[in-house]
Amino acid sequence: MNEHTVLALGSIITAGLTMALGAVGAAYGESRIGAASMEALARQPDEAGAITRNEFVALAMVESTAIFCLVIALVLLFANPFVAAR
Amino acid sequence: MNAPVFSEQVLFWLGPVPVTRTMVTSAVTSLLLVALGASLGWAVVRKPSGRWAAAGRLTFRFLQDLVTEAVGRRSPGLEVFAGSLFLFISGAALLGQLPGIQAPTANLAATSALAVVVFLAVPVAGIRARGALGYVKHYFQPNPLLFPLQLISELSRTLALALRLFGNMMSGHLIVALIVALVGLLVPVPLMALDLLIGLLQAYIFTILTSVYVGAAIRIGEGG
Repeated sequence: MNEHTVLALGSIITAGLTMALGAVGAAYGESRIGAASMEALARQPDEAGAITRNEFVALAMVESTAIFCLVIALVLLFANPFVAAR
Repeated sequence: MNAPVFSEQVLFWLGPVPVTRTMVTSAVTSLLLVALGASLGWAVVRKPSGRWAAAGRLTFRFLQDLVTEAVGRRSPGLEVFAGSLFLFISGAALLGQLPGIQAPTANLAATSALAVVVFLAVPVAGIRARGALGYVKHYFQPNPLLFPLQLISELSRTLALALRLFGNMMSGHLIVALIVALVGLLVPVPLMALDLLIGLLQAYIFTILTSVYVGAAIRIGEGG
Protein backbone atom coordinates (compact mmCIF):
# COMPACT_ATOMS: atom_id res chain seq x y z
CA MET A 1 0.00 0.00 0.00
CA ASN A 2 1.62 3.21 -1.10
CA GLU A 3 0.76 6.61 0.29
CA HIS A 4 -1.94 7.34 -2.25
CA THR A 5 -3.79 4.13 -1.50
CA VAL A 6 -3.71 4.81 2.23
CA LEU A 7 -5.08 8.32 1.71
CA ALA A 8 -7.82 7.08 -0.61
CA LEU A 9 -8.78 4.29 1.80
CA GLY A 10 -8.87 6.66 4.75
CA SER A 11 -10.96 9.18 2.82
CA ILE A 12 -13.51 6.60 1.75
CA ILE A 13 -13.89 5.11 5.22
CA THR A 14 -14.12 8.55 6.81
CA ALA A 15 -16.72 9.65 4.27
CA GLY A 16 -18.89 6.66 5.18
CA LEU A 17 -18.45 7.29 8.91
CA THR A 18 -19.24 11.00 8.47
CA MET A 19 -22.48 10.23 6.69
CA ALA A 20 -23.48 7.52 9.17
CA LEU A 21 -22.93 9.57 12.32
CA GLY A 22 -24.40 12.69 10.74
CA ALA A 23 -27.52 10.80 9.72
CA VAL A 24 -27.94 9.40 13.25
CA GLY A 25 -27.88 12.84 14.82
CA ALA A 26 -30.20 14.42 12.28
CA ALA A 27 -32.62 11.49 12.42
CA TYR A 28 -32.86 11.68 16.20
CA GLY A 29 -33.42 15.43 16.08
CA GLU A 30 -36.07 15.14 13.37
CA SER A 31 -37.88 12.40 15.26
CA ARG A 32 -38.04 14.67 18.31
CA ILE A 33 -39.47 17.48 16.18
CA GLY A 34 -41.98 15.15 14.57
CA ALA A 35 -43.15 13.76 17.92
CA ALA A 36 -43.45 17.21 19.47
CA SER A 37 -45.41 18.63 16.55
CA MET A 38 -47.75 15.61 16.48
CA GLU A 39 -48.43 16.20 20.15
CA ALA A 40 -49.05 19.87 19.53
CA LEU A 41 -51.39 18.98 16.65
CA ALA A 42 -53.35 16.61 18.87
CA ARG A 43 -53.70 19.27 21.56
CA GLN A 44 -54.59 22.15 19.28
CA PRO A 45 -55.96 21.00 15.92
CA ASP A 46 -57.06 24.55 15.12
CA GLU A 47 -53.45 25.68 14.86
CA ALA A 48 -52.60 23.00 12.29
CA GLY A 49 -51.37 25.51 9.70
CA ALA A 50 -48.95 27.34 11.97
CA ILE A 51 -47.71 24.11 13.58
CA THR A 52 -47.03 22.44 10.25
CA ARG A 53 -45.27 25.51 8.90
CA ASN A 54 -42.98 25.82 11.90
CA GLU A 55 -42.43 22.07 11.91
CA PHE A 56 -41.16 22.16 8.35
CA VAL A 57 -38.84 25.05 9.10
CA ALA A 58 -37.44 23.27 12.16
CA LEU A 59 -37.06 20.04 10.22
CA ALA A 60 -35.08 21.73 7.50
CA MET A 61 -32.88 23.48 10.06
CA VAL A 62 -32.07 20.18 11.76
CA GLU A 63 -31.62 18.41 8.47
CA SER A 64 -28.99 20.94 7.47
CA THR A 65 -26.56 19.30 9.92
CA ALA A 66 -26.90 16.07 7.94
CA ILE A 67 -26.46 18.08 4.76
CA PHE A 68 -23.23 19.56 6.14
CA CYS A 69 -22.03 16.03 6.80
CA LEU A 70 -22.98 15.12 3.23
CA VAL A 71 -21.00 18.05 1.87
CA ILE A 72 -17.97 17.03 3.92
CA ALA A 73 -18.31 13.42 2.77
CA LEU A 74 -18.49 14.61 -0.85
CA VAL A 75 -15.43 16.82 -0.34
CA LEU A 76 -13.59 13.76 0.95
CA LEU A 77 -14.67 11.73 -2.06
CA PHE A 78 -14.56 14.13 -4.99
CA ALA A 79 -12.56 17.21 -3.96
CA ASN A 80 -10.06 15.86 -1.50
CA PRO A 81 -7.07 18.24 -1.48
CA PHE A 82 -4.69 15.43 -0.44
CA VAL A 83 -5.75 12.88 -3.02
CA ALA A 84 -6.63 15.19 -5.90
CA ALA A 85 -2.99 15.62 -6.99
CA ARG A 86 -3.17 12.94 -9.60
CA MET B 1 -16.85 7.74 -10.93
CA ASN B 2 -15.97 11.40 -11.05
CA ALA B 3 -18.99 13.60 -10.54
CA PRO B 4 -18.56 17.35 -11.05
CA VAL B 5 -19.92 18.19 -7.61
CA PHE B 6 -17.81 21.20 -6.70
CA SER B 7 -16.30 22.34 -9.96
CA GLU B 8 -17.76 22.85 -13.37
CA GLN B 9 -16.52 23.37 -16.87
CA VAL B 10 -16.29 26.71 -18.57
CA LEU B 11 -18.74 26.85 -21.49
CA PHE B 12 -17.16 29.77 -23.31
CA TRP B 13 -15.19 32.93 -22.64
CA LEU B 14 -16.79 36.35 -22.80
CA GLY B 15 -13.65 38.40 -23.14
CA PRO B 16 -11.67 37.72 -19.95
CA VAL B 17 -14.76 36.37 -18.11
CA PRO B 18 -15.36 32.61 -18.08
CA VAL B 19 -19.03 31.75 -18.52
CA THR B 20 -20.19 28.55 -16.82
CA ARG B 21 -23.45 26.66 -16.99
CA THR B 22 -24.53 28.04 -13.63
CA MET B 23 -24.18 31.60 -14.88
CA VAL B 24 -26.29 30.85 -17.93
CA THR B 25 -29.04 29.07 -15.98
CA SER B 26 -29.20 31.75 -13.29
CA ALA B 27 -29.42 34.46 -15.94
CA VAL B 28 -32.21 32.51 -17.63
CA THR B 29 -33.99 32.16 -14.28
CA SER B 30 -33.72 35.88 -13.64
CA LEU B 31 -34.93 36.78 -17.12
CA LEU B 32 -37.91 34.41 -16.85
CA LEU B 33 -38.80 35.89 -13.46
CA VAL B 34 -38.53 39.45 -14.78
CA ALA B 35 -40.77 38.57 -17.72
CA LEU B 36 -43.25 36.83 -15.43
CA GLY B 37 -43.23 39.75 -13.02
CA ALA B 38 -43.77 42.27 -15.80
CA SER B 39 -46.64 40.23 -17.18
CA LEU B 40 -48.24 39.86 -13.72
CA GLY B 41 -47.80 43.57 -13.04
CA TRP B 42 -49.39 44.44 -16.37
CA ALA B 43 -52.31 42.14 -15.57
CA VAL B 44 -52.85 43.63 -12.10
CA VAL B 45 -52.96 47.15 -13.55
CA ARG B 46 -54.94 46.48 -16.74
CA LYS B 47 -57.15 43.49 -15.97
CA PRO B 48 -57.55 43.50 -12.19
CA SER B 49 -60.37 40.94 -12.19
CA GLY B 50 -58.61 38.28 -14.26
CA ARG B 51 -57.02 35.08 -13.02
CA TRP B 52 -53.51 36.20 -13.90
CA ALA B 53 -53.91 39.31 -11.76
CA ALA B 54 -55.24 37.18 -8.91
CA ALA B 55 -52.17 34.97 -9.17
CA GLY B 56 -49.94 38.03 -8.96
CA ARG B 57 -51.74 39.41 -5.92
CA LEU B 58 -51.73 35.99 -4.21
CA THR B 59 -47.98 35.64 -4.72
CA PHE B 60 -47.32 39.10 -3.37
CA ARG B 61 -49.61 38.59 -0.40
CA PHE B 62 -47.91 35.29 0.39
CA LEU B 63 -44.47 36.91 0.44
CA GLN B 64 -45.80 39.88 2.42
CA ASP B 65 -47.30 37.62 5.10
CA LEU B 66 -44.16 35.51 5.26
CA VAL B 67 -41.92 38.50 5.93
CA THR B 68 -44.39 40.23 8.25
CA GLU B 69 -44.71 37.09 10.34
CA ALA B 70 -40.95 36.66 10.66
CA VAL B 71 -40.18 40.30 11.41
CA GLY B 72 -43.23 41.14 13.48
CA ARG B 73 -44.30 44.21 11.52
CA ARG B 74 -44.56 45.52 7.96
CA SER B 75 -41.25 46.35 6.31
CA PRO B 76 -41.68 47.03 2.57
CA GLY B 77 -37.98 47.09 1.66
CA LEU B 78 -37.36 43.73 3.24
CA GLU B 79 -40.47 42.34 1.54
CA VAL B 80 -38.99 43.17 -1.85
CA PHE B 81 -35.56 41.81 -0.92
CA ALA B 82 -36.67 38.55 0.69
CA GLY B 83 -39.41 38.08 -1.89
CA SER B 84 -36.89 38.35 -4.71
CA LEU B 85 -34.72 35.74 -2.99
CA PHE B 86 -37.70 33.42 -2.60
CA LEU B 87 -38.76 33.81 -6.21
CA PHE B 88 -35.21 33.29 -7.49
CA ILE B 89 -34.51 30.20 -5.41
CA SER B 90 -37.85 28.56 -6.06
CA GLY B 91 -37.63 29.49 -9.75
CA ALA B 92 -34.16 27.94 -9.87
CA ALA B 93 -35.45 24.77 -8.19
CA LEU B 94 -38.32 24.52 -10.68
CA LEU B 95 -35.99 25.15 -13.61
CA GLY B 96 -33.67 22.44 -12.30
CA GLN B 97 -36.44 19.89 -12.70
CA LEU B 98 -36.37 20.27 -16.48
CA PRO B 99 -34.36 17.52 -18.15
CA GLY B 100 -30.77 18.39 -18.89
CA ILE B 101 -30.75 21.49 -16.73
CA GLN B 102 -29.07 21.68 -13.37
CA ALA B 103 -30.52 24.19 -10.93
CA PRO B 104 -28.16 27.16 -10.56
CA THR B 105 -28.52 26.82 -6.79
CA ALA B 106 -26.88 23.38 -6.97
CA ASN B 107 -23.58 25.23 -7.29
CA LEU B 108 -21.63 26.34 -4.22
CA ALA B 109 -20.56 29.60 -5.83
CA ALA B 110 -24.14 30.64 -6.61
CA THR B 111 -25.46 29.88 -3.13
CA SER B 112 -22.45 31.58 -1.57
CA ALA B 113 -23.26 34.68 -3.61
CA LEU B 114 -26.84 34.63 -2.29
CA ALA B 115 -25.62 34.18 1.29
CA VAL B 116 -23.11 37.03 0.92
CA VAL B 117 -25.90 39.30 -0.31
CA VAL B 118 -27.85 38.46 2.85
CA PHE B 119 -24.70 38.95 4.96
CA LEU B 120 -24.25 42.44 3.51
CA ALA B 121 -27.94 43.29 3.77
CA VAL B 122 -27.95 42.83 7.55
CA PRO B 123 -25.64 45.77 8.42
CA VAL B 124 -27.16 47.93 5.65
CA ALA B 125 -30.65 47.45 7.08
CA GLY B 126 -29.43 47.84 10.65
CA ILE B 127 -27.58 51.09 9.91
CA ARG B 128 -30.52 52.49 7.98
CA ALA B 129 -32.89 51.73 10.83
CA ARG B 130 -30.73 52.58 13.86
CA GLY B 131 -27.81 54.66 12.59
CA ALA B 132 -24.22 53.49 12.41
CA LEU B 133 -23.51 53.98 16.11
CA GLY B 134 -26.71 52.28 17.23
CA TYR B 135 -26.01 49.32 14.99
CA VAL B 136 -22.37 48.86 15.99
CA LYS B 137 -23.34 49.21 19.67
CA HIS B 138 -25.46 46.07 19.54
CA TYR B 139 -22.34 43.97 18.96
CA PHE B 140 -21.19 44.96 22.46
CA GLN B 141 -24.67 44.95 23.89
CA PRO B 142 -25.13 42.55 26.75
CA ASN B 143 -21.41 42.43 27.46
CA PRO B 144 -18.37 43.55 25.42
CA LEU B 145 -16.86 40.13 26.04
CA LEU B 146 -19.43 38.67 23.64
CA PHE B 147 -18.14 40.68 20.66
CA PRO B 148 -16.11 37.80 19.14
CA LEU B 149 -19.03 35.44 19.56
CA GLN B 150 -21.36 37.87 17.78
CA LEU B 151 -18.92 38.10 14.88
CA ILE B 152 -18.52 34.32 14.69
CA SER B 153 -22.27 33.83 14.75
CA GLU B 154 -22.74 36.27 11.85
CA LEU B 155 -20.09 34.49 9.79
CA SER B 156 -21.19 30.97 10.64
CA ARG B 157 -24.84 31.62 9.86
CA THR B 158 -23.81 32.98 6.47
CA LEU B 159 -21.81 29.83 5.84
CA ALA B 160 -24.71 27.68 7.02
CA LEU B 161 -27.11 29.57 4.74
CA ALA B 162 -24.92 28.89 1.70
CA LEU B 163 -24.12 25.28 2.53
CA ARG B 164 -27.71 24.35 3.43
CA LEU B 165 -29.11 25.52 0.11
CA PHE B 166 -26.21 24.06 -1.88
CA GLY B 167 -26.31 20.70 -0.09
CA ASN B 168 -30.04 20.27 -0.44
CA MET B 169 -30.20 21.17 -4.11
CA MET B 170 -27.05 19.28 -5.09
CA SER B 171 -27.87 16.13 -3.12
CA GLY B 172 -31.22 15.82 -4.87
CA HIS B 173 -29.57 15.85 -8.29
CA LEU B 174 -26.83 13.51 -7.15
CA ILE B 175 -29.26 10.95 -5.74
CA VAL B 176 -31.34 10.98 -8.92
CA ALA B 177 -28.19 10.58 -11.03
CA LEU B 178 -26.95 7.70 -8.86
CA ILE B 179 -30.26 5.85 -9.01
CA VAL B 180 -30.58 6.31 -12.76
CA ALA B 181 -27.07 4.89 -13.13
CA LEU B 182 -27.79 1.97 -10.79
CA VAL B 183 -31.39 0.96 -11.49
CA GLY B 184 -33.11 2.47 -14.46
CA LEU B 185 -35.05 5.22 -16.08
CA LEU B 186 -38.36 5.63 -14.22
CA VAL B 187 -37.31 4.49 -10.74
CA PRO B 188 -36.20 7.87 -9.35
CA VAL B 189 -39.50 9.61 -10.14
CA PRO B 190 -40.68 9.66 -6.47
CA LEU B 191 -37.32 11.04 -5.45
CA MET B 192 -37.65 13.75 -8.07
CA ALA B 193 -41.04 14.68 -6.60
CA LEU B 194 -39.40 14.85 -3.18
CA ASP B 195 -36.66 16.98 -4.72
CA LEU B 196 -39.29 19.41 -6.00
CA LEU B 197 -40.79 19.70 -2.51
CA ILE B 198 -37.35 20.15 -0.95
CA GLY B 199 -36.44 22.87 -3.45
CA LEU B 200 -39.53 24.93 -2.62
CA LEU B 201 -39.06 24.26 1.11
CA GLN B 202 -35.47 25.45 0.97
CA ALA B 203 -36.56 28.62 -0.81
CA TYR B 204 -39.10 29.18 1.99
CA ILE B 205 -36.49 28.57 4.68
CA PHE B 206 -33.88 30.78 3.04
CA THR B 207 -36.49 33.56 2.88
CA ILE B 208 -37.60 33.11 6.49
CA LEU B 209 -34.02 33.08 7.77
CA THR B 210 -33.22 36.19 5.72
CA SER B 211 -36.24 37.93 7.17
CA VAL B 212 -35.30 36.90 10.70
CA TYR B 213 -31.68 38.03 10.35
CA VAL B 214 -32.49 41.35 8.68
CA GLY B 215 -35.51 41.86 10.92
CA ALA B 216 -33.36 41.38 14.01
CA ALA B 217 -30.97 44.04 12.70
CA ILE B 218 -33.90 46.41 12.08
CA ARG B 219 -35.39 45.91 15.51
CA ILE B 220 -32.20 46.39 17.55
CA GLY B 221 -32.92 48.28 20.74
CA GLU B 222 -36.69 47.86 20.58
CA GLY B 223 -36.62 45.63 23.62
CA GLY B 224 -37.31 42.43 21.73
